[in-house]
Amino acid sequence: MADPAPVLATIRVQSEDFDAAHEANLLAQGRKDVGALVTFTGLCRDEGGRLSALELEHYPGMAEAEIARIAEQACSRWPLTGLTVIHRFGKIAPGRNIVLVVAASSHRRAAFEAADFMMDFLKTRAPFWKKEHLLSGESQGWVEARDVDDEDAKRWT
Amino acid sequence: MKIRYFAWVREKVGVDEETLDLPESVTTVAHLISFLKASDERYAMAFEEQDAIRVALDQMHVEHDEPLGVTQEVAFFPPMTGG
Repeated sequence: MADPAPVLATIRVQSEDFDAAHEANLLAQGRKDVGALVTFTGLCRDEGGRLSALELEHYPGMAEAEIARIAEQACSRWPLTGLTVIHRFGKIAPGRNIVLVVAASSHRRAAFEAADFMMDFLKTRAPFWKKEHLLSGESQGWVEARDVDDEDAKRWT
Repeated sequence: MKIRYFAWVREKVGVDEETLDLPESVTTVAHLISFLKASDERYAMAFEEQDAIRVALDQMHVEHDEPLGVTQEVAFFPPMTGG
């Protein structure tokens, strides 16, 4: 039997919101080989009521290119039938969506692991930076990168 | 060479991008950082914690010892906090 065609990941960097359920459906509809669909959504927290918003700055062009490089690694590492990554930029209020990863595969392990891998490297390699805006009206400053995120990413090497 | 800055590096430098003519002696990322730091206090502040600064050449992550070669666009930014 011929190898299946390589999966082409869908990658979008946008200020608009996304519909996670819709994006997940797109990876499953019309096919009978998808046995596992893992959807991860990252949302903006209010950090115990302190935050009015997070502002996400990104590096246009490189953001898309770097996500594509990470997605390419995921697709070569796991037998995926589909992969969608959407990352928002701009000002995002608590409770609203920031990032989406949908990984589809015939079996659950590949879908779980690929989604986990994508998130670890989105956090440490994709050129996005978060700035906190406080309810008190002042801008709190830039969120600092966390060592634990680097440790998480090292799990895959 | 076009140089871009993001997040707090951008705020400290005070511009989001600029085009600079570099002396021939500037051949690596580390040279470029030293050259910028020596040229103005703003860069000295932005690159104070030099090891924390991340670099991309033509939109690819690199280390500070990377040769600039035929790079068209350099970007400096803090560790990333997306996702």
